[in-house]
Amino acid sequence: MGIDNIWVFAQTAEGAPTSGTLELLTKARSLGGTVSAFLVGDAGDAAPVLGDHGAATVYATGDLGGKLPGVAVAGAMNAVIDGAGPPDLILFPQNYEGRDTMARLSVKLDRTVLTNSTEIGVDGDTVTVQTPIFGGTKLVTSSFTGERPFLASFRPKSFVAEGGAGAAGELVAAPVPDLGAAGGATVVEVHVEEHSGPKLDEADIVVAGGRGLGDAEKYSMIEDLAKALKGAPGASRAIVDAGWVPYSYQVGQTGKVVKPTVYIAAGISGATQHMVGMKGSKNIIAVNKDKEAPIFGVADLGIVGDVHKVLPQLLEALQNRS
Amino acid sequence: MNVIVCVKQIPDPALPGELDPSDNTLKREGKLILDESDSYGVEMALQLVTAAGDGEVSLVSMAPNEEVSGLRTALAMGAARAVLVSDPTLAGADALTTAKVLAAATKKLDGADLIIAGTESSDGYTGTVPEQIAEVLGLPSVTFAKTVAVEDGVLKVDRQSEDGYDEVTCSLPAVVSVTAGVVEPRYPSFKGIMAAKSKPVENVTASDLGIEAASWAQQIVSVEDAPAREAGKVIEDDGEAFGEIVEFLDGLKVI
Ligand SMILES: Cc1cc2nc3c(=O)[nH]c(=O)nc-3n(C[C@H](O)[C@H](O)[C@H](O)COP(=O)(O)OP(=O)(O)OC[C@H]3O[C@@H](n4cnc5c(N)ncnc54)[C@H](O)[C@@H]3O)c2cc1C
Ligand SMILES: Nc1ncnc2c1ncn2[C@@H]1O[C@H](COP(=O)(O)O)[C@@H](O)[C@H]1O
Repeated sequence: MGIDNIWVFAQTAEGAPTSGTLELLTKARSLGGTVSAFLVGDAGDAAPVLGDHGAATVYATGDLGGKLPGVAVAGAMNAVIDGAGPPDLILFPQNYEGRDTMARLSVKLDRTVLTNSTEIGVDGDTVTVQTPIFGGTKLVTSSFTGERPFLASFRPKSFVAEGGAGAAGELVAAPVPDLGAAGGATVVEVHVEEHSGPKLDEADIVVAGGRGLGDAEKYSMIEDLAKALKGAPGASRAIVDAGWVPYSYQVGQTGKVVKPTVYIAAGISGATQHMVGMKGSKNIIAVNKDKEAPIFGVADLGIVGDVHKVLPQLLEALQNRS
Repeated sequence: MNVIVCVKQIPDPALPGELDPSDNTLKREGKLILDESDSYGVEMALQLVTAAGDGEVSLVSMAPNEEVSGLRTALAMGAARAVLVSDPTLAGADALTTAKVLAAATKKLDGADLIIAGTESSDGYTGTVPEQIAEVLGLPSVTFAKTVAVEDGVLKVDRQSEDGYDEVTCSLPAVVSVTAGVVEPRYPSFKGIMAAKSKPVENVTASDLGIEAASWAQQIVSVEDAPAREAGKVIEDDGEAFGEIVEFLDGLKVI
């Protein structure tokens, strides 16, 4: 049988496929077989890029009419499976919409899910995934033992996106069927935060602050430093929960995964759930007043000191250089 | 308004996690506590019931060895009763099986307007269980809720998005998963702790819920140590340590 037919849950942002989508397509293509993208919303101009990353077919749900993606896309996927038969494997991103869609589909098809993985391998008919646990100190390898399709979700940045597959994917409409009572939720208004500078998960330099900053106003030190370094500001969950900064700043298990050239952690202890989001950074600098803080265990340069002293000095030194 | 909250009881996250060498699943035999991720759901439910002026908060949980410590905490916060599913055949259950079990457990309670869960558990963090429960029960769902209100029988949720939030309305009954920080969980009062001791906890097994011979289509093949990241240089700030950072950044040619 082999793994001949793979679907990838695909999303666009401002009309272009998201980086997470292209990462998964690239990985799917390396596993062999035929790859299809299953796109949330209208395909617009996305088909050539999706095709170039490996999608021979692009199923597009079209506008969701305010329905939440999880229930809607799972319904659309299930309808295609009812008609054309199931793929062998479906790859989802470990983000809100990927996770909700996979959850709904797993019940419809009565299939298990493997989540939070960072690697996948295919050997004949066997599909295994690797998942970091205990803050990434151990790697668990698991395999699917049941019927196909196998459903798996992957952390962002697990794979590197690469084009070069060639032709634009062939567009196929995959409309959302009637959802009945399960479709009872409707988006009535969308609020998008303004932001300037590079995006957190794409920036080359990330400066992140935590509870050690002391209070919300002090977060401006992080923003100023990020600006001086042409990087993006980030945060631990502690200060997101405390309402100092919006959720979109959060780095970690439930936030963004970042792999910049430099990650500066200021007043962050280094909880396992934070580390899984930044341990892949090429260089890590930590400033913390507690020399036992776990963050020092992964830092290339650790400063045992007070953020209120070190950060202003650093900012001044950087500004004097330019 | 009646609300059911799914609460997971987990090993204390402050203690290092351990795997059972026989099957590589997380060890859960010791004392279990209420998952902090679910304390937000309990608080949210209590606030919604208070705002509605009538109704009760009930709990469902699946845990080994009829473990009730975590449930007692949630009962002490103010929940009225709990259904606890405890069954050796469910040890190591996958998310789908867990969702089927919890969905069936909600039927032991007579009807709810709303089912609340956490966005992800602290020890399992699949984050799929709430949405799977909704699908098993054929209900609508709103995940990643950062505010929740019920107005004129309609659920209103601000749903966290990648770059802001969406205002969502939803018919009831429904399933909602709430993010950490949605509300500030109350500490149980002494009176609450005393009252919790006599609140009803109904113990059920899988077969009581009509779930026979549960199995799940995944297995752990191996567990290995991940390559560790080497710690680098750590220095005490003597007032000049910022210079080391500048030098480090300079060496990387990023400034
Ligand atoms: C299911 C789940 C998911 C989670 N997901 C995430 C996630 O995605 N991202 C995340 O970040 N967390 C996450 N967490 C939370 C995580 O466990 C920690 O609680 C959180 O990361 C702690 O944030 P912090 O380091 O800012 O705060 P703390 O742990 O309180 O650390 C503050 C640090 O600042 C230092 N400090 C204090 N004052 C100063 C000073 N003047 N100068 C220098 N240093 C100082 C202290 O020594 C301390 O090390 C999650 C938790 C759970 C249960
Ligand atoms: N064994 C369980 N008992 C009760 N609730 C659970 C259990 N497992 C998961 N949940 C609920 O589902 C949420 C998400 O869990 P998970 O999908 O494991 O990340 C949790 O915050 C709980 O509300």
